Amino acid sequence: MKTLREHLHVLHATLQRLWLTPAASLLNMTIIGIALSLPVGAYVLLKSVQQLASTVADAPQISAFLDAGKRDSELSALKGKLESDARIAKVEFVSRDAALQQLQQSTGVSDMIGDLPHNPLPDTFIIYPKVTDTKAMEALYQELQSWKQFDHVQLDSAWIKKLDALLDLGRLATAILATTLSLALIAITFNTIRLQILTRRDEIEVTKLIGASDSFIRRPFLYFGLLQGLTGGVVAWLLVSASLWLLNGSLANLTQLYASDFQLHPLTLPDSLALFAFSGYLGWLGAWFSVSQHLWQIEPR
Amino acid sequence: MIRFGQVYKRYPGGHEALQDVSFDIAKGEMVYLTGHSGAGKSTLLKLVAAIERPTSGSVLINGHNIRAIKREAIPALRRNIGLIFQDHKLLFDRSAFDNVLLPLQISGFDHREAAKRVRAALDKVGLLTREKANPIALSGGEQQRLCIARAIVSRPDILLADEPTGNLDAEYSSEILNIFKSFHQVGVTLLISTHDQTVLQRFPARALHLDHGVLQQGANA
Repeated sequence: MKTLREHLHVLHATLQRLWLTPAASLLNMTIIGIALSLPVGAYVLLKSVQQLASTVADAPQISAFLDAGKRDSELSALKGKLESDARIAKVEFVSRDAALQQLQQSTGVSDMIGDLPHNPLPDTFIIYPKVTDTKAMEALYQELQSWKQFDHVQLDSAWIKKLDALLDLGRLATAILATTLSLALIAITFNTIRLQILTRRDEIEVTKLIGASDSFIRRPFLYFGLLQGLTGGVVAWLLVSASLWLLNGSLANLTQLYASDFQLHPLTLPDSLALFAFSGYLGWLGAWFSVSQHLWQIEPR
Repeated sequence: MIRFGQVYKRYPGGHEALQDVSFDIAKGEMVYLTGHSGAGKSTLLKLVAAIERPTSGSVLINGHNIRAIKREAIPALRRNIGLIFQDHKLLFDRSAFDNVLLPLQISGFDHREAAKRVRAALDKVGLLTREKANPIALSGGEQQRLCIARAIVSRPDILLADEPTGNLDAEYSSEILNIFKSFHQVGVTLLISTHDQTVLQRFPARALHLDHGVLQQGANA
């Protein structure tokens, strides 16, 4: 109870101190907020793209396009041959008429299609392989390619691999960005606390002389660092959320044209809490470094 | 309560502030520390408050040897010592009340109990009506009394005063010495440094006299 009251007292005094220098406090919070919003924004972007990729990549498929003018009996024979293959889970036939219809419904280019003199689309088999590893898939793909009946065979997982590699690159870049900007946050807090210690030197010396322990003296500065980091995190959260809101507005116009419902997902609750905890912790850490170094310097000898 | 045994204090550069100083101060005693400026009075007080450590010899305060005391043990030792500074060392960013409250905040007192004690201490030095004032608005004598209130509020066993009447006129000096005497009467150990001979004449007590870091008289009670 006693210690809780002490901590509340220090918290109150720290808030007062932040409040008494509004310009400096706001400036620091904004700098920290901007620094944090960059990696957080990149993270949100990556997560959204990743989510999009995973919905598409769930079932890798092989599209086999047929030469024009196949008879129904040929088609059903081919389908039977494919279905009897142990490596294939499911075969779906999309006739050229159905494909045209689908295209007309989905992309809003119906006007253009309506003008075409004849249907340019081929009949297609969409093949869902049972095997999932890349090598087996590749082997199946090669084999199907050699079949005379198919005009063109396409493995739909190639672009996902490329995207994955690209996402990995993005993740690495975000990690580097996050690390450097975290160091910046620590440095900002270090400096703020250093200035505070200099201006409150008398107070520190007097409290030390009348029997304050190091932790008593350290506490208000640690609280200050923690609060500054935390509010910086909140600023970053607001910046990212506002940006996402703005971006999603114009993104909706764009994705509509591509018949996609892709959008940037806002920060989830766990992500937000992790951001606050992390920014608070970094502020605390910066303050701790600063106080440890500077208290030692003004130690009465 | 305070025991010095063959204490030497040498500062970097070779200045010998104290040489072979030995004396004993019993619990509840009131002792003056006299000598010209630069004789080592402040150094001696700093050793008692563990602000500095002796170069050699032993300084025993309440059974703790300052020469060997651990850094972490110093705060607890200091809480049992009331320090009265010549330059007051008051904090001007808070009221007189909050200045006196500081030692109790440090030792984690219950707020209501602390407020009672602060008012009692302010009353003792005659500043109860000025509790809301900023120390900067107080006169020199009032600032000194405020410093005393801060030193006594946690009811320490030992009170150290460095030139408490240094810049004050005779009337203020008497006031402050009367306050000290009242602490002496309730059993507080007092060590008061002064170069003011009139003080010793008016309130006689045992005096340790330092000359160029050497204890000349008063070693034995």
